[in-house]
Amino acid sequence: MYREDSSRYKKFSRRAMILGGGQIALFGLLAGRMYQLQVLESKRYKMLAEDNRINIRVLPPPRGRILDRFGVPLAINKENYRVLLIAERTRNVKQTLDTLGRLISIPGHERRRILREIKRRRDFVPVTVQENLDWHKVSRIEVNAPDLPGIVIDVGQSREYPLGADSAHLLGYVASVSEKDKKQDRSRDPLLELPGFRIGKSGVEKEQDLRLRGKAGNSQLEVNALGRVIRELSRQEGQPGDDVILTIDLGIQNLAIEKLRDKKSAAAVVMDVNSGGVIALASVPGYDPNAFNTGLSGKQWRKIIRDPLAPLTNKAVSGLYAPGSTFKMVVAMAALEHGVVMPDHKVFCRGHVELGNARFHCWKKHGHGWMDLNAALQQSCDTYFYEIAKRVGIDKIAAMGRRFGLGQSTGIDLPNERGGLMPTSAWKKKRLGVPWQKGETLVAGIGQGFVLTTPLQLAVMTSRLASGKSVKPHLVHGVVSAGVKRTLQVPAAQKIQIAPEVRRLVMEGMNSVSNTERGTAYRARIKEPGFELAGKTGTAQVKRISKHERETMVLKNKERPWKDRDHALFVAYAPVEKPRYAIAVVVEHGGGGSAVAAPIARDIMHETLKRDPSGYRDRDGVARENEKGRKA
Amino acid sequence: MRIGAADRGPMTIGQKLWQVNWSLVSFIIVLTGIGCAMLYSAGDANWNPWAKRQLIRFGIGLFLMIMVAVTDIRMWMRHAYTLYFLVLGLLVAVEVMGVIGMGAQRWIDLGVIQLQPSEIMKITLVLALARFFHGASLEDIGRPMFLIIPLLLVAAPVVLVLRQPDLGTAIMLTMTAGVIFFLAGVRAWKFGVVIGAILAAMPVAWTLLHEYQKKRILTFLNPESDPLGAGYHIMQSKIALGSGGIFGKGYLGGTQSHLNFLPEKQTDFIFTMLAEEFGMAGGLLLLGIYAIVLIYGFAIALRVHNQFGRLITLGITGTFFFYVFINIAMVMGLVPVVGVPLPLVSYGGTAMLSLMIGFGFILCSYVHRDVRVGRHGSGGED
Repeated sequence: MYREDSSRYKKFSRRAMILGGGQIALFGLLAGRMYQLQVLESKRYKMLAEDNRINIRVLPPPRGRILDRFGVPLAINKENYRVLLIAERTRNVKQTLDTLGRLISIPGHERRRILREIKRRRDFVPVTVQENLDWHKVSRIEVNAPDLPGIVIDVGQSREYPLGADSAHLLGYVASVSEKDKKQDRSRDPLLELPGFRIGKSGVEKEQDLRLRGKAGNSQLEVNALGRVIRELSRQEGQPGDDVILTIDLGIQNLAIEKLRDKKSAAAVVMDVNSGGVIALASVPGYDPNAFNTGLSGKQWRKIIRDPLAPLTNKAVSGLYAPGSTFKMVVAMAALEHGVVMPDHKVFCRGHVELGNARFHCWKKHGHGWMDLNAALQQSCDTYFYEIAKRVGIDKIAAMGRRFGLGQSTGIDLPNERGGLMPTSAWKKKRLGVPWQKGETLVAGIGQGFVLTTPLQLAVMTSRLASGKSVKPHLVHGVVSAGVKRTLQVPAAQKIQIAPEVRRLVMEGMNSVSNTERGTAYRARIKEPGFELAGKTGTAQVKRISKHERETMVLKNKERPWKDRDHALFVAYAPVEKPRYAIAVVVEHGGGGSAVAAPIARDIMHETLKRDPSGYRDRDGVARENEKGRKA
Repeated sequence: MRIGAADRGPMTIGQKLWQVNWSLVSFIIVLTGIGCAMLYSAGDANWNPWAKRQLIRFGIGLFLMIMVAVTDIRMWMRHAYTLYFLVLGLLVAVEVMGVIGMGAQRWIDLGVIQLQPSEIMKITLVLALARFFHGASLEDIGRPMFLIIPLLLVAAPVVLVLRQPDLGTAIMLTMTAGVIFFLAGVRAWKFGVVIGAILAAMPVAWTLLHEYQKKRILTFLNPESDPLGAGYHIMQSKIALGSGGIFGKGYLGGTQSHLNFLPEKQTDFIFTMLAEEFGMAGGLLLLGIYAIVLIYGFAIALRVHNQFGRLITLGITGTFFFYVFINIAMVMGLVPVVGVPLPLVSYGGTAMLSLMIGFGFILCSYVHRDVRVGRHGSGGED
């Protein structure tokens, strides 16, 4: 037994040594692996661990407000109260919803959505129950808080437009960022990736978006494997968006909207003739910009899109209209500048002129008789302008039109502006492939045919005529950045190269339109001394009048279907002495310019002059401190 | 004849207690202490839910260990087969319960404690094999037919455990048995034959594996292939280890562990947590203490004068080694995730108790190192 055991013991000892050696080798392997992971590759794993642990959350800055020139808010951020439900804080989600449903109504489909979201997300993720709660509901929930475990009230910010549809075209609206927006943004602003973030989609909101948007802040959060936030590691506040001050005077803007409201479709623009600052820019019908912020239903959207009155179009900058007789100043200046007509030259109007086989009618069937320049503008005699347009030619008329801002974008700080059309013979040849016809010059001479302008362009044209400078329209007066107000400098407009005498003659003609008894807008004059305006009516024909109709009887506007009625236009500047403001009013299918457009323009202009912050004392147009309170 | 304690007559309990290798016990206590410290950290600086219960179980384990150590080794040898078949019966019982319809189970609920027979089998298999080889001469062992019985002793529990299915324990049992076969003197070429046979059987075994086991092996081979599924565990464990660096993130400061990126940090992945908080330095220190415990095992085995005691000492030391190696290799992505705890450190009742009983047998061998053990566990010569 002992010997046997001894040999077994020897074998056992030898093999134990082998086993021990093997174990040491395997432990060595473990140590080597530790060295590899914890020393050689440590850097990489440290980074991965930080990636795991740290979540960077983008903090949206408050959007800047939009103010009128006196500081009245046009677009603001409203506190938006939301009810959230955090599932882990309540023992019974359904019971909590039932209790809440007795305080604020929760429709069945909403309730199903909430329960679905709760199921899909982790317990600690808040789920929105309802948004945009009024104070009444908020306080009711707060009072019952002990019976509502898991219910939290959260305050966010949402954009609000106190004027609603009245300011829609001017200010535009904000909405969620689309994929297209992200692609177009080259700054790769992290805010655009933020769910629920909204950017300007049209109007001033779009044009000034970068100023209003501000800079994102960020917060580094430590999260666990489930994504639950454990604590905030660091926080960098963002930079709030700048407030944008517009040149708009809300009082006049409101008045303009008020005056246009009963018209189906119309636009008006009031401008400062010296600075180019737009005082009012109105377009009806509008749409509710607040609805865009909260999201439209498909039905609402289709209704807006299919509306023949195009409520989404800002007609002041995007609506194209034949200027009609408001174009006659340009024709007159072209003719005077090129010496084809003298101010005292007289043309006999017998109601029509003939060119070849065609007959061109004056609006006054039996003619005006002998007309000189002043009388032709005063009574808007078409025959006179057929004659001088024929003499000066389309190309020179178009060149004059361009000098006064027509046929090209004015460059106003609004999106979707259209350039209109100043036709030339070269344009027609290139575009339509046929030569320019002389008859077309005659038609262009009274602002019909190919000529197309926007209401803003007409206001710019009138401003340039009144000031003699190539003013450009703009909307942004200044910004308030971190509490510091800064006025944006507008480069001084250059003088228009035109003989002062030519301008003076045309302006005298406009004065006659409004302030002499035979003037087409005499009834729509401003009687208050010192406030007088000088204007020009326009009635743009929409449907060609057939020979048959002319021979039997021309239907009055009101007797025709709305779509076939004439556009009513009026442009004016005021005061007659030292002009300060220009206005253009277009009422689509409104009828006669003198009857429909001129009274509207008169009322708006009168109010503009009365509200002039400088009160004629200070040419800059900036409010004095003591007058700030006077704003409406 | 050898002069030893046994020759001076049977030892009293007091003498036996005096003979217990208390320095080994102290290292066991140190390891458990480290374990409790990590469990305290895993519980987010709280004794609940793990550290306190682990400590209580350790207390029970310590008591059982001493009880086993002072019991006469010949008594253990006499009852080695009885214990083996008792535990085998429990394994069958677990299997039957599963069949009856209580679902796949590894546990027997005794009310007070949930008993996991497969854990205890790790010890009783060692006892049974040690008893078998104790009475075998080298000539006996040289005969291939002689090995059929011990192979059946191994195969029975391995098959039952595989059916549970518990691949980790099956591997542990097989390897522990291999160690005893090797130490008993089975020729090396026979191991070659068995390993060859296993390799040949691999494709067949693959088809028998459960889907989740297959997936584990596949993701082990390429953890990045499934970063959100099973590969997630390995990936997060490697991130935790690697980000720990040389000196770690500090006690209670492991971000991966405390933010729950690390799965099962209180059981299988506790080494990862330790290495994240104490870095490579802490990992190597723990590895060093394990090495010391292993060295104790070898030193004791070489001093024991009976084959039964030697075989159980190195058999259990081998089991202990496999626990340590497989667990640490697993969390470092060296072997597939098979679910083997880190001995004395991981949270778990049965594993702790069976390990403590195992150490009890090592101490028992040491206490009775000079006792003569007969062929069937009798005290005298045969």
